[in-house]
Amino acid sequence: MVEVKQLHKSFGDLHVLRGIDLEVKKGEVVVIIGPSGSGKSTFLRCINHLEQPSSGEIHIGGVNLDDGSVDINLIRQSVGMVFQQFNLFPHLTVLQNICLAPVKVLNMPQADAEELARELLRKVGLADKESSYPHQLSGGQQQRVAIARALAMKPKLMLFDEPTSALDPEMIGEVLMVMRELALDGMTMLVVSHEMGFAREVADRIVLMDEGLIIEEGEPAEFFSNPKHERTKAFLSKIL
Amino acid sequence: MDLSVVARYFPFLVRGVGITIEFTFISFLLAIVLGLVIALGRISENRFIRIPCQIYIDFIRGTPLLAQIYLVHFGLPQIFGYKPVGFVDALIALTLNSSAYMAEIYRSGIESIEAGQMEAARSLGMTYGQAMRYVILPQTIRRVIPPMGNEFITLLKESSLVSVIGMEDLMMRAKMMAGRSFRPFEAYFTAALIYLAMTFTFSRLLGRVEGRLKASGRS
Repeated sequence: MVEVKQLHKSFGDLHVLRGIDLEVKKGEVVVIIGPSGSGKSTFLRCINHLEQPSSGEIHIGGVNLDDGSVDINLIRQSVGMVFQQFNLFPHLTVLQNICLAPVKVLNMPQADAEELARELLRKVGLADKESSYPHQLSGGQQQRVAIARALAMKPKLMLFDEPTSALDPEMIGEVLMVMRELALDGMTMLVVSHEMGFAREVADRIVLMDEGLIIEEGEPAEFFSNPKHERTKAFLSKIL
Repeated sequence: MDLSVVARYFPFLVRGVGITIEFTFISFLLAIVLGLVIALGRISENRFIRIPCQIYIDFIRGTPLLAQIYLVHFGLPQIFGYKPVGFVDALIALTLNSSAYMAEIYRSGIESIEAGQMEAARSLGMTYGQAMRYVILPQTIRRVIPPMGNEFITLLKESSLVSVIGMEDLMMRAKMMAGRSFRPFEAYFTAALIYLAMTFTFSRLLGRVEGRLKASGRS
């Protein structure tokens, strides 16, 4: 589904990603952890080209993103993204937030889009909020709407950029629950998160990044109980 | 101050108000459209679009409106060899002038929207244009209404400069009244008060619109 080869990204003199190689298979849930400033978010944002990689290759569903003829908008239609700050559209209701892209980008009839939106709202447990505006919702509710909005494009891959980091503790659970169900449905997911419980339980693979490199990756049980790398041990000892 | 002179010429002055308001409204409406186009050009990633828009804005904001009016009315006909039409030239000059200020109002409005909004829209597969149209600009509008109201009032006052190319607006009629009555104080003071009445009315209206925007919450 996703294949990343020797990905580099610099912001001016700052070399944020220094050669990332990663493969994510269809249906796989990969959780990326690591200290702040390690380049996790930048890596995720490179995958749908919200950041332009400096060098390296990214293939999504077999398509090379850096091939000049590729329409990035077409790729993004099949790659959903959920942001730390939700980024709901504040001038639109919950229903309109979800319907906007299917109607404008996929030319889905409004009625079909609304039906789809209501179905997704049921799925994330917010069926009664379709007429609310984002500012009337709690952070956890906003993030669940944001997930529904991304799912409305029927993506093949979902990127989660620290989806619970801006939430009050009591709201983290409801968002993780939605993500867990999504994983059970077979969605391919790439998640940057500090939620170790979620990682341990839901991830097929954990990836530790530090200083722009992947230090270690492995299945959760093995990764947490028997880390190979010194830096992994150091990181885990700080957060567990 | 001779009030009988004021009373005698008041209807004569007021007949200029129509032209003043006409110039203000038409150029304001045109500048709302042209200003948006220039603003979008100004924030374009393509420098062949961005730089000309930047130069346009800098030139207009850095030169007097009076010079711009003379350039449009006397300068361009000399270069391109056509017969100037005062009314059209006055409208063009006011519109070009206001568009530059309007463009900066739009730009700061657009730039005040968090980057995450554009990113979220683009991540859903929208093009830059779709994201602008459906996500960024609708949020920008409520933020640009107050400064645009101020621009309207500025334009109303500045429109008095079109009298220099013979437009019979309020200011021109004040000049004529001063000449005919030999009472320049009464003429210009009355005209000034009429301008004040107009700007005061519009700024009160504007204040009400702003109040309603605030009351409806979401910014």
